[in-house]
Amino acid sequence: MADLSTTVAKRASRTRWMLLAPALIILVLAASGPLLITLVYSFLTPGDYGGVVWKFSTDGWFNVFAQRDIFDDTLGWSDAHLSILWRSIKLSLMTTLACLFFGVPTAYFIATRPKQQRDMWMLLIMIPFWTNLLIRTFAILELIRNEGTINTLLLWLGIIDAPIQMLYTEGSILLGMLYVYLPLMVLPVYASMERLDFSLVEAGYDLYATRFQVLRRVIMPLVKPGVIAGSILVFVPSLGAYVTPRVMGGGNQLMLGNLIELQFGQGRNWPLGAALSITLLVIVMVALIFYVRTAGKEDAHHG
Amino acid sequence: MKKTVTALALVLAGPAFAEGELNLYNWGNYTSPEMITKFEEETGIKVTITDYDSNDTALAKIKAGGHGFDIVVPSGTYVPIFIKEGLLMESKPNEMENFKNVDPQWVDVEFDPGRNYTVPWQWGTVGVTVNTKTYTGDINTAAVVFDPPEELKGKINVTPEMNDVMQMAIHYVGGEQCTADKEVLMKVRDVLTAAKPHWLSMDYGMIEKYAAGDVAAGTNWNGASMRARVQNADIAFGYPQEGFSVWMDNAAILADAKNVDEAKTFLNFMMDPENAAMLSTFARYANGIVGSEEFMAEDLKTAPEIVVPAELKGAAYIARTCPPEASKLYTAIWTELQK
Repeated sequence: MADLSTTVAKRASRTRWMLLAPALIILVLAASGPLLITLVYSFLTPGDYGGVVWKFSTDGWFNVFAQRDIFDDTLGWSDAHLSILWRSIKLSLMTTLACLFFGVPTAYFIATRPKQQRDMWMLLIMIPFWTNLLIRTFAILELIRNEGTINTLLLWLGIIDAPIQMLYTEGSILLGMLYVYLPLMVLPVYASMERLDFSLVEAGYDLYATRFQVLRRVIMPLVKPGVIAGSILVFVPSLGAYVTPRVMGGGNQLMLGNLIELQFGQGRNWPLGAALSITLLVIVMVALIFYVRTAGKEDAHHG
Repeated sequence: MKKTVTALALVLAGPAFAEGELNLYNWGNYTSPEMITKFEEETGIKVTITDYDSNDTALAKIKAGGHGFDIVVPSGTYVPIFIKEGLLMESKPNEMENFKNVDPQWVDVEFDPGRNYTVPWQWGTVGVTVNTKTYTGDINTAAVVFDPPEELKGKINVTPEMNDVMQMAIHYVGGEQCTADKEVLMKVRDVLTAAKPHWLSMDYGMIEKYAAGDVAAGTNWNGASMRARVQNADIAFGYPQEGFSVWMDNAAILADAKNVDEAKTFLNFMMDPENAAMLSTFARYANGIVGSEEFMAEDLKTAPEIVVPAELKGAAYIARTCPPEASKLYTAIWTELQK
């Protein structure tokens, strides 16, 4: 009998592995493979005209944070890389906050509509996804350019005398990223709001809670998983964003993604580019772990 | 029945389909669609065009392999790198039928002596574009970008071509092309860092933005400047008296091209004066093919962006490939600038 049950268990486990195999193979080939190449490249010497020379070197990693001044040869922090890194993190945090600010009320609005209307509202959130990201970004650019729709309208109405410089600022990057990533916040928050039992909200009011108290003490704790998932979904891709900062920032507001591209292009320093890519990966992972752990802790606290 | 037969005959006699194909990898907004249509009609070869925005993008992508392109159009400064890296095929354009049309001054070029690899595509200059309605002063100086007058501050675009910008700045402070002299480079860095806050953007593809008035000045290529001027008469092109570079982009067959015969047919086609003229009419640069002027409109031949004023001719220098030691210093300054 014992033999039989082990055989069954074995067979079940084999079936499980076989069912998993296609996904695992893709993951190993498409995720670990390139990552491994990136890791190896980060320890090589840059070729004169791009590419790598197969000679071990830690210069790529060294240059991520430090640099030797080309004029007086002193060793110092890599000021350029660190300020670009800081800008990336700052803008990603701001994007996440902005998405929360606009996304949570939107999700609440949709979740409180009658059931048959909700699908229609969700469809409206999804529609922008049907258009290519680049085209959407250029459409915003058309709106906020100096000679674009908004400025032309304001000038025509006589509200302003000269066009407002909106394009090519950190603000325009933020606007672009907010627009692109907003659905990623709305979807998970909506998913947890939809499951929210609104009789709890009513109960809160019955117990003389103010509207703000209901939001803070009843709604927020219940939709927190959705908020956390949404924040991660927005923050992580924002950190590596490439197209939006490039188009909306006009190329002089580099973010991490653009800095990495620079190393593989005009910078001709592939090992540094590879090292920067892995640095980005590590930051994302640290952020994720931090998030998951604090989220878990607070749950235990309330639990 | 007769109708069917006619239709069938038409299909059979129509343009020769599937004769072959050609994958052209070129700068964006740089290939004349009319010229491509003519090529397709004459040869039956189907052309697919893919864009890039900088020499380095093209170099990196081709080096990575598996690109499937047959022809690339690098600048003269990049041709030696492409050859050194073994990326170009020695296709001997100099033995092709139409090679006789190539302007002798563009045959024995430093980057490809005797033209064993490349065919002239377009040539031009790197200078400054200025909206003369915004700024009425002298525009034949790099100062409009590096030490901008009050009117232009915050309205400047610098094309993010590291080498072009670095060389322009090096000449602006009185240095030589490709210099690795640290004293000169320190001045260059100071000039650039001081100027950067006055720049609005560092981007490509500015023709429409100049025309619409979104940007009022910046470093630019003469042909791109002319195309903006055609849309907006206030746009003018300045030749920096401190020194401005003359460059040539060249078509070449890639070492791993799949459609070699088609690519050779294309290179030969390119050296025909009428076809080269079509290219110039579209991209608004000169082309290095003798006799192509006959097929050009008068306004193109006499354009101020193409005819260099006599008193500024001495400031011109032919763009060269800088050694890696110098390039490394430029990259360090460039990254510092873009932080």
